[in-house]
Amino acid sequence: MTKKIKNLNLNFGPQHPAAHGVLRLILELDGEVVEKADPHIGLLHRGTEKLIENKTYMQAVPYFDRLDYVAPMNQEHAFALAVEKILKIDVPIRAQYIRVIFCEIGRILSHILNVTTQALDVGALTPSLWGFEERETLMTFYERASGSRLHANYFRAGGVHQDLPKGLEEDISNFCETFPKVINDLESLLTDNRIFKQRNVDIGIVSKQDALDYSFSGVMIRGSGVPWDLRKSQPYDCYEDLDFKIPVGKNGDCYDRYLCRIEEMKESISIIKQCLSKMEKGPVKSLDGKISPPSKKDIKQSMEALIHHFKLFTEGYRVPKDEIYTAVEAPKGEFGVYLISDGSSKPYKCKIRAPGFSHLQSMDYLIKGHMLADVPAVLGSLDIVFGEVDR
Amino acid sequence: MKSLEDLEKKINSELTTKINNSEIKHNQIYLETDKDDFLDVVLLLKTNLDTKFQQLIDITVVDYPENNQRFQVVYLFLSHEFNQRLVLKYSISENEVIPSLTSIFPAANWMEREVFDMYGVNFKNHPDLRRILTDYGFEGHPLRKDFPLTGHSEVRYSEDQKKVISEPVKLEQNYRNFDYESPWEGTKYIKEEIENNDKKN
Repeated sequence: MTKKIKNLNLNFGPQHPAAHGVLRLILELDGEVVEKADPHIGLLHRGTEKLIENKTYMQAVPYFDRLDYVAPMNQEHAFALAVEKILKIDVPIRAQYIRVIFCEIGRILSHILNVTTQALDVGALTPSLWGFEERETLMTFYERASGSRLHANYFRAGGVHQDLPKGLEEDISNFCETFPKVINDLESLLTDNRIFKQRNVDIGIVSKQDALDYSFSGVMIRGSGVPWDLRKSQPYDCYEDLDFKIPVGKNGDCYDRYLCRIEEMKESISIIKQCLSKMEKGPVKSLDGKISPPSKKDIKQSMEALIHHFKLFTEGYRVPKDEIYTAVEAPKGEFGVYLISDGSSKPYKCKIRAPGFSHLQSMDYLIKGHMLADVPAVLGSLDIVFGEVDR
Repeated sequence: MKSLEDLEKKINSELTTKINNSEIKHNQIYLETDKDDFLDVVLLLKTNLDTKFQQLIDITVVDYPENNQRFQVVYLFLSHEFNQRLVLKYSISENEVIPSLTSIFPAANWMEREVFDMYGVNFKNHPDLRRILTDYGFEGHPLRKDFPLTGHSEVRYSEDQKKVISEPVKLEQNYRNFDYESPWEGTKYIKEEIENNDKKN
């Protein structure tokens, strides 16, 4: 007698704590082995690109905070760089250092969240409790510089919105002294942990060629042994003057990606330290009055400044007709902006290239043949944030 | 290829008639081709030892409703080997079906689905062309320039029917689009007049 056996279809999400947001993953299971994974995304789609087409260049910046909301300023950076290149304006050196400091803070923010929640997904609770304490400290730095913990809206084409408040530089530098100890503590919990290794080593292996074919970037490609980091290969702002290393994995599995992220956090700390020591007093935004708004003091004294202020906050600045693709190394990978300007004060088109989109697309390829319990581990190591995947 | 200029020469000599226009700006190379030559161009760019554009970064479309060939399809490529970026474009009219890249770059799968979803451009030989970002049962293509910012329909939970229903958008106030361009230098008819005068002189 023969029995007919049918594969089981399982809905993973949209409300699942290990789905890292609103992912609906339809899994086809043969016993406990995953045969096929079909991610359904778009539950957080807000039409960012459409909205940007209807806003001025300055009004478009806050939308970038809402993409990858665990490292907001890194996204703003890509947009600011794109506009700067079209406008052909220079960024004062102090502004470059400030931007790099906050991008690296963003990288730490993102990596802490990812490493600790990945541990949470495979059964370790403590790292996330320790990690979130540090995230809170970093977000107060965000708040002191920009006024808000998450949606900073701090970077501008031509620099940053305002200078750092008194005392912030010292506090960041104190943080750089204490934070390595926290990383060591996290490592002591995870790196040699038997359970953590059993759940991550040799899971979700990506070969070099597949990493290229699937458009991987960031830790996902470095974990597979490709030494590719835009901060080194296509440096922007002041990254050229800074000395840092690019950690590269060997096996391309979830565990190597975890190790890369830990090492990157250590490098970020060293970058922040270098920036703080090299930084000098000076302007923090472009001196071109047609692009950066004047100071409050100037508005009260100068007619020209008042006119500039009025024009900048009603019409906005106009950007000459051009097109450009600019990418930055965001914590999750290559975050790019393909911007087309038509000479008016609003972008004609702004395509956002989110790293998570291509990473999540490979879910089917990564998880095929793995057990159901490996799904959260792989998903965790992809470092998915739905703000940027769905846009 | 070390420099972009060499690369541009190399591509032009290899592909001659298949490249309609090439340009170097912002440290990137911008190429224009035709729909029919497109696959050949991509294959050469990927496999040629002097180009090696092995990573497809993104696919998108730019909508120019006033043009005869309404959509411009844009492909962004990256070569890790030579650390170069390339932008490849071609124009199509509204209902044209274009070739899919999924057989050459697996990453093209979702990118093409997104283009299909957002612009309604159809791909030939795509394994699984479904909507990706918009809701199940969504109608229209949001990133087209003639699609209104507020959309056509909104969903809400109906207490009477005990389910989520979709209705036409009702706004208390329309989206306001202010034209801030200065009347002294900006409005269209004056600009045109100035341009005409320039031409006469």
